[in-house]
Amino acid sequence: MSARQGLVLEVDRTTPPIVFHHGEGFRFEKLPSGSRVVYPNEPIEPIEDVDGAIRHALDNPLGDSPPLAALLTAGMKLTIAFDDISLPLPQMQAPDIRGRIIEQVLDTAASAGVDDVHLIAALALHRRMTEGELRHALGDRVYDAFAPTGQLYNFDAEDPDALTHLGETDHGEEVVISKRAAESDLIIYVNINLVSMDGGHKSVATGLSGYSAIRHHHNVETMRRSKSFMDQEKSELHTKNWRQGRLIRNAGVKIFQIETTLNNNTFPAPWDFLQKREWEMSAKERMLLLGTKKFLDKVPRKSARSIFQGIRAPFGLTSIQAGEVEEVHKVTTANVYRQHLVRVEGQTDILSMGLPYLGPYNVNSIMNPILVACLGLGYFFNLYKGKPLVREGGVVIMSHPTPWEFHPVHHPSYIDFFEEVLADTTDPEKIEHKYEKRYAEDEWYRHLYRTSYAYHGVHPFYMWYWCSHALQHVGQVIIVGGDQRATKRMGFRSATTMRDALEMATDVVGRDPTLTHLHNPPVLMADVV
Amino acid sequence: MADLNRRNPISHLTDRRSKASISRVVRKVEFPLKAAETPEGETPLPSNTGGNYETDWARRYASRLTRRIALSTIGKGVISYYANPTIRGLDRLHDLDGPAIFAANHQSHADTLLMLTSMPPPWKHKAFVGAAADYFFGNRTTAAISALFIGAIPIERTSINRNTIEKAVDLLRGGWSMVIYPEGGRSPDGWGQEFRPGAAFLAKQAGVPVVPVHIRGTFDILRKGRNWPKRSNATVNFGRPLEFAEEDNNRRFTRKLQAAVESLADETATGNWFAARQRSHSEESPGIQGPDGAPWRRRWALSDKDDKRSDGERRWPYV
Repeated sequence: MSARQGLVLEVDRTTPPIVFHHGEGFRFEKLPSGSRVVYPNEPIEPIEDVDGAIRHALDNPLGDSPPLAALLTAGMKLTIAFDDISLPLPQMQAPDIRGRIIEQVLDTAASAGVDDVHLIAALALHRRMTEGELRHALGDRVYDAFAPTGQLYNFDAEDPDALTHLGETDHGEEVVISKRAAESDLIIYVNINLVSMDGGHKSVATGLSGYSAIRHHHNVETMRRSKSFMDQEKSELHTKNWRQGRLIRNAGVKIFQIETTLNNNTFPAPWDFLQKREWEMSAKERMLLLGTKKFLDKVPRKSARSIFQGIRAPFGLTSIQAGEVEEVHKVTTANVYRQHLVRVEGQTDILSMGLPYLGPYNVNSIMNPILVACLGLGYFFNLYKGKPLVREGGVVIMSHPTPWEFHPVHHPSYIDFFEEVLADTTDPEKIEHKYEKRYAEDEWYRHLYRTSYAYHGVHPFYMWYWCSHALQHVGQVIIVGGDQRATKRMGFRSATTMRDALEMATDVVGRDPTLTHLHNPPVLMADVV
Repeated sequence: MADLNRRNPISHLTDRRSKASISRVVRKVEFPLKAAETPEGETPLPSNTGGNYETDWARRYASRLTRRIALSTIGKGVISYYANPTIRGLDRLHDLDGPAIFAANHQSHADTLLMLTSMPPPWKHKAFVGAAADYFFGNRTTAAISALFIGAIPIERTSINRNTIEKAVDLLRGGWSMVIYPEGGRSPDGWGQEFRPGAAFLAKQAGVPVVPVHIRGTFDILRKGRNWPKRSNATVNFGRPLEFAEEDNNRRFTRKLQAAVESLADETATGNWFAARQRSHSEESPGIQGPDGAPWRRRWALSDKDDKRSDGERRWPYV
């Protein structure tokens, strides 16, 4: 049976309570009649012969690129870069698609007699990946073959000797990438394209770049002019990355891009009820949902977190393409849209969303309040094409406990950002001008980024900028079940129940508002017409 | 008349034949308690041992359940105690669907138990082993034990028995996976032997893939000629399944299979998969057969491959 398309359900008296993700738990919310619920498409059929598909992509590249085997020669300098821990979400069940691709690439390199190979986790300003995470992404064989000799490592955007300045775009954007990559005869980039923002020139131009280049597009102005940053045709972020990428290409850096798309089969058994529509859950699944909710409500948050962080998604590969960056990315984007796009007619006064336990920056970590904001107002809000799902001046209601809790190793600068910066102002522009440079160049954060497992000092700023389009667009943000102090610190309002939140929203949108709920994850992107 | 029950006071100490033993009692049992020997000049009926032993009963539900319980409890416990196995390469079986032939190098009787406890489900639960007909099915007792506990079927090593081949092919086509040792027997000295084309032939006939497997360390656990195991560390490395391609013949496929196992051996020994692949592509894998030369030189060379162990203390005599 082919996968069913997503749907927009109009709520009536017979509609059951809707399951909202709520951090490491769930809520059941009875929505008012007339509300809409947008459900994602079902997972599309994955490719059965994954190894065959990888081989086919390497042998039949897109654009003007020769097959991979023809690009590999003995004595050459080869750099293989790959997406870091922020993709996919959750981490996929082993074997990870990156490892499977890289094994075939390396096997081809081995047959060509290539000796000088480096593998780099393209993490830009994200935290370094641990050995366990690298092993999961690449497999033990690749890790054991390259890590002990120092040929497999995390990219370090703060190592002055490891970066090369390639020039400036005609818009004055600096372009800086890994020296090793720039000096290689060939870069092979292995990507996982979970959402339409990923991949393309962003892979190398951002993933293997540093603060001096990234700041040109990770800023408030770019974010506000990206409507949305998930829609490439209207994304200023995309435009700037493309300018930088083209400069890299014109500087003579040769890139063989390998991109993959996954279906949205996100939750393995016994969690698979989370991707069912409420009325299609069996009695067993309903009992499981209820039991799980009760259990999660009782256990300490730390235990619930470790249960959720242990989930490995049974994603299936839906496409793989390789070759010239831009040609590859066109096909990739079409495949992402094939899985994610759900047509929705018209905007809404109130947009509600249940935020899950996981975003790109808290894998094996804690979702702190800034990441809650970024997930809701950055990612979920921007998962639209055409126009935002919520009208200008509308209200966003998010459901998440939003605890005042930070991972001290992964997010040290977040703690200070929350305590110092947000206590002063929540205005992204003011924050950018007053604080960004100091945090970005702070020696202690720099040290922790390079030697520990900390996100770069500037990273919490980017998370806040990610919200800036939403913050400018909506009239109010309410967090249901959110910690009052933490919510207030971010300039939002907290509500105990959904009913309270709707009542509070009427102050902004009037007595008879329309409500649309985004039933996400599994990921969906609203095509608003 | 002499009293036959009277014992000579000296002979009962010296005459061993007079000593009672189980074997003596068994030997004394006669027809009809024991089968009669075929008279000279008469053609014996076909034997129901060796290659003719019927093993269908060992794949019925009760036998499978018994085997599964025995392997997951006693078998797993024994192999964990003696071999402490490290299992690698299971991810290479991710796309394997349906039955397969698992073809491994063969160093020890411990290999089979190690394989049957290391293979991932569902293959381990529906597996049979190609076992030497002359060795494991030589009499009805060992045949029954082999069939029940390791799911063995008899395979002739020295002659072609159409029945056993047909049985293996039928089982493979019926969804059963097979463990086979293409070397045809255990290693006499720790080095591997040249692969025989049996696995290739079966793969072609049954249309199933062959999973190359390299086992390391079991020679030290229970080498040929030893009756009791000792503890050591073993590694099982599963390779990527090989399909019998149109351009293959038995000989070429067997060479491919041996090369795959040699590459896995190289990978296990060096811990460097990429370097092993490089050597494999340039046909420079060290191989599993070892150097030519006198037995002591082969053994000497093998000692270089052994995992070095040291307790950190020098013991007398100091050299």
